Amino acid sequence: MDKFLTHTGSALPLRRSNVDTDQIIPAEYLKRITRHGFEDALFKAWREDPNFVLNKPEYKDATILVAGPEFGTGSSREHAVWALMDYGFKVVLSSRYADIFRGNSGKAGLVTAEVSQDVIEKIWALIEKDSNTQITVDLDKRQVKAGDLVADFQIDDYVRWRLMEGLDDIGLTLRNESKITEFEKSRPSYKPQTV
Amino acid sequence: MGKTLAEKVWDAHVVHQASGEPDLLFIDLHLVHEVTSPQAFDGLRAANRKVRRPDLTLLTEDHNVPTQDIDKPIADLVSRAQVDALRNNAKEFGLKIFSLGNIDQGIVHVVGPQLGLTQPGMTVVCGDSHTSTHGAFGALAFGIGTSEVEHVLATQTLPLKPFKTMAITVNGKLPQGSTAKDIILAVIAKISTGGGQGYVLEYRGEAIRSLSMEGRMTICNMSIEAGARAGMIAPDETTFEYLKGRDHAPKGKDWDDAVAYWKTLKTDDDAKFDAEVIIDANSLTAFVTWGTNPGQGVSIDDVVPDPNSFTNPTEKSAAERALVYMDLKSGTKMRDIKVDTVFLGSCTNGRIEDLRAAAAILKGKKVASSVRMMVVPGSAKVAIQAEHEGLPAIFKEAGADWRSAGCSMCLGMNPDKLKPGERAASTSNRNFEGRQGPGGRTHLVSPLVAAATAITGHLSTPDEIK
Ligand code: SF4
Repeated sequence: MDKFLTHTGSALPLRRSNVDTDQIIPAEYLKRITRHGFEDALFKAWREDPNFVLNKPEYKDATILVAGPEFGTGSSREHAVWALMDYGFKVVLSSRYADIFRGNSGKAGLVTAEVSQDVIEKIWALIEKDSNTQITVDLDKRQVKAGDLVADFQIDDYVRWRLMEGLDDIGLTLRNESKITEFEKSRPSYKPQTV
Repeated sequence: MGKTLAEKVWDAHVVHQASGEPDLLFIDLHLVHEVTSPQAFDGLRAANRKVRRPDLTLLTEDHNVPTQDIDKPIADLVSRAQVDALRNNAKEFGLKIFSLGNIDQGIVHVVGPQLGLTQPGMTVVCGDSHTSTHGAFGALAFGIGTSEVEHVLATQTLPLKPFKTMAITVNGKLPQGSTAKDIILAVIAKISTGGGQGYVLEYRGEAIRSLSMEGRMTICNMSIEAGARAGMIAPDETTFEYLKGRDHAPKGKDWDDAVAYWKTLKTDDDAKFDAEVIIDANSLTAFVTWGTNPGQGVSIDDVVPDPNSFTNPTEKSAAERALVYMDLKSGTKMRDIKVDTVFLGSCTNGRIEDLRAAAAILKGKKVASSVRMMVVPGSAKVAIQAEHEGLPAIFKEAGADWRSAGCSMCLGMNPDKLKPGERAASTSNRNFEGRQGPGGRTHLVSPLVAAATAITGHLSTPDEIK
């Protein structure tokens, strides 16, 4: 995983709440067995509407998605994170994320920065006025800057550290392998086995 | 201070703890299906890693599989490739798999409990958000993403930040005609789709205690629809009775030891929850959804709400969008909404009890000519049990379609889909836009409402059927 310290780019306003992962990527596209190449499936149904914000040329280079609350609810599909990243998004800004989506993002390297809905509204206004507005998301300082606006964002300490270091979770866990082995020995015999 | 049920199960699985780090939890059971696992197995291969505990891992085919002609190769080539990938991974990594045609095949959340693999006090994960279902046994069970699937395959553990706990107490007795599905739809409407975020919900109270295991699973299943990671119900005699004698349930002395431990798995009287919600079951009527998220539900006796009745601007605009998508007008009586399709199935309501309840209403009746009804058992074993009881004959005589086990129209990854604009009453768990097929419209309902609706052609309760 690449290290993430800070990112500056233009942003796309997604004025919708409860954007569920079925909208981010419909089930039909989950049949693929690769980990990349999901950009065509991102917001597939909504993209059929030519007026959908993703189809607007002024936002085509956006790397930051600014969304309404309860972003990423529903299905656990990590494909939703992959589709966002494959499309070119590096950061999502929202006032609330669904737990599984946020967890998946942290594993895959997509930054989910949590700010108040008030900040979201202000950023929406800025980028709707000028789609070229540059937004900086500084993971080290936990700060988002857009024009004159400077706001702190929240992100889990540990996830932030891992993203900044670009660390692989499995490798980290295996540092404690002897403890896993020890734990396994203490498990009671009534626990079921699948075989 | 005492502990909650969730805290007890958590504490019993901590492998490693250090300040500033998430806890490392041991996972007792890892269920795997074809959709969220291929990239995880690729990751293992790339890093030259093995599956640490094949004996705690179980694979089943469910999301993609057809529910007709299951003895033939899967016609959809992309689906077939994904199912083949699962079969190949099972072979390569030496894992147990229930493939199409196997007597134990079925929806992952139906299979675990029916085999007795899901037991109180366990940690259970699966690359599927409805893993919360298994919490009905007093297990800590939650959905994970593909990176985490890989992590569990490789290490049999997961690094996790402790959840908060929320008590949902459902007092009183459910009136005749109301079911577990109505309880959980009412809970979600009350706390909203984000209300459970960051929490493990523990369902308690008289109405919960008197539910069967099937009903409890229906409730825990939809915890995720309230944004919660998991739902739990403390195990009791109903739980033990359900487990006893099942294939993977403990036997002999192990059984006694297990039950002695399971009996300790309840929230202590002096434990504190981070949040509490109280619901009165006595007044609960059948609940149905009108919108495009599971929190947008009302009593079936109500009307489609006016978006202006929502004070929160986000909810108001969500309601406006939902009404356009659902093609509904505010003020319309819920009971006047006509449907084209009725789907009875899924990991929420595809168990034997659900099929029995629907069959009892459909017996000797006909599905309305304007309606197609599809009945999809949650697992091959549920199908066999239903055959024993003569249920398929009842469904077929009524004009419904009786299928083989799988997720089917719950998410439309196989050929069972809604057509654009079609409207369904569905016993599944998600009414998202396009969930059951692009452009399809979904009303979430209980099996009783599904059966009655199939007969009348509009959203109905069984008391309307003469
Ligand atoms: S039945 Fe539906 S909700 Fe349940 S596992 Fe299958 S697709 Fe998911």
